[in-house]
Amino acid sequence: MSVDATTVRRIAQLARIAVSEAEVPHLQGELNAMLAFVEQLSEVNVEGVEPMTSVTPMEMKKRADVVNDGEIADDIVRNAPATENHFFLVPKVVE
Amino acid sequence: MTDLTSLTIAEAREGLASKSFTARELTDAHLAAIEAARVLNAYVLETPDRAREMADAADKQIGKGDGGPLAGIPLGIKDLFATRDIRTTACSKILGNFVPPYESTVTSQLWRDGAILLGKLNNDEFAMGSSNETSCFGPVVNPWRREGSNTHLVPGGSSGGSASAVAALLCMGATATDTGGSIRQPAAFTATVGVKPTYGRCSRWGIVAFASSLDQAGPIARTVRDSAILMRSMAGHDPKDTTSVNIGVPDYEAAIGKSVKGMKIGIPKEYRLDGMPAEIEKLWSDGAAWLKAAGAELVEVSLPYTKYALPAYYIVAPAEASSNLARYDGVRYGLRVPGRSIGEMYESTRAEGFGDEVRRRVMIGTYVLSAGYYDAYYLRAQKVRTLIKKDFEDCFAKGVNAILTPATPSAAFGVGEKGGADPVEMYLNDIFTVTVNMAGLPGIAVPAGKDAQGLPLGLQLIGRAFDEETLFSLGEVIEQAAGRFTPPRWW
Repeated sequence: MSVDATTVRRIAQLARIAVSEAEVPHLQGELNAMLAFVEQLSEVNVEGVEPMTSVTPMEMKKRADVVNDGEIADDIVRNAPATENHFFLVPKVVE
Repeated sequence: MTDLTSLTIAEAREGLASKSFTARELTDAHLAAIEAARVLNAYVLETPDRAREMADAADKQIGKGDGGPLAGIPLGIKDLFATRDIRTTACSKILGNFVPPYESTVTSQLWRDGAILLGKLNNDEFAMGSSNETSCFGPVVNPWRREGSNTHLVPGGSSGGSASAVAALLCMGATATDTGGSIRQPAAFTATVGVKPTYGRCSRWGIVAFASSLDQAGPIARTVRDSAILMRSMAGHDPKDTTSVNIGVPDYEAAIGKSVKGMKIGIPKEYRLDGMPAEIEKLWSDGAAWLKAAGAELVEVSLPYTKYALPAYYIVAPAEASSNLARYDGVRYGLRVPGRSIGEMYESTRAEGFGDEVRRRVMIGTYVLSAGYYDAYYLRAQKVRTLIKKDFEDCFAKGVNAILTPATPSAAFGVGEKGGADPVEMYLNDIFTVTVNMAGLPGIAVPAGKDAQGLPLGLQLIGRAFDEETLFSLGEVIEQAAGRFTPPRWW
């Protein structure tokens, strides 16, 4: 399988990465090189094979459903590019 | 007194205990070495004040006779590990000036045991790369050069800063991470020892995530013993990482020097690639001969799905990366590029903040997870992963204790030499190491010889899950036979 220029623009949009028109052909070439490389997987017979979902055979650990951290709003916002009163600021979302 | 920076951790531990020198003197010697080696670009942040503070504290502890197992040992930390109040960037522009208000579990255990932070080490951006050329701080230079040449070579990646710093005596050991070979490949390129522990052995909490089902932290050091010493402090159960395994941490150092007599060592025929350089072939047979001389038994084994590991990795790893890196949105931390709408702000921030390799992988990951392609790519790759893991399980079920392979298909190459036209050319570096991550197993890279140009080459040993001890025992045999390799100082 390979991707066309329209698909490259769609992937970029899904990935929320701005891509200029000039970059599309180059990216298309790179993505297609990767897709050509992984194409060999199609020759593997995977019928009846379970997909790997856990690297180490172990039961999923669960913790008690209680608050175990908090009251650190200063820490949470201290690296943010724009904040006000412990809120993150973003461009207007709702009209 | 010999140069303090050339000591091993084991030697420094003795010297500190016998008061031959202080932690402060040891630390100052390393800080001076770092300053004189900036051309290597191994450190992206030096923390001399913190280092001296920690050294003085260690000296006090040692004086009282209650220094920890790493008391006074100066280390470098890969910039993927969050360090409290010290800038952590994953060598990406998108994290900018991120200063974590918390400490990664692995580093907190090193400080608990008395180690000293010298600074943060360079790596490929978000650990995506095999040459340390994708870092936003620029490439790291390998202290090794081809005989008679001044060409700058890469130290491998993604833990290139860690490997280069350890090889050039800019720290006694370093933390590193390995998603597809990022500890073992740079170790092989720099004649250092690199350990990728079993998945679940070291906590991933506080380490910038790349591909969560593959990432694992481990040490790079100058000897097998030193790597065992560091492993004991880095490993251990952490309730904050749900994949961290709750089993005891053995005294890895006790495995050094243990007899390997009667151990069965598998030689996988699928790792004998067409067109493999003769010097890699020779290195591999030398390694087998050394283990045999130490009493191990060699058996040919088959891992039939080996060739599918790298393509499956380039679906699974980017898929997980695209998900993990979704958090970089310009809202909560790091870079923000303003936009008229929130969508435009996200898109511009991520376009500006991610380098080419990261963008490529996020995009391919987004594609293979997108509607209509998930089954054909991602689900199929996860099924292939089951088959790769089963290959190893079948092999170990036949009584094989460990598997011996070359660590890399070549020695270090020049900066800018690879992957310019086709990204896959660079990916092939990890052909021998990536299977281990796919199966979640432990692996160690040990220096074993040099190529015709005088560059170091390494061997890899792959072990059973949670049996790192066997790797330390076997690795020590290789180190004893091959000797140690130090780059001539030119910087």
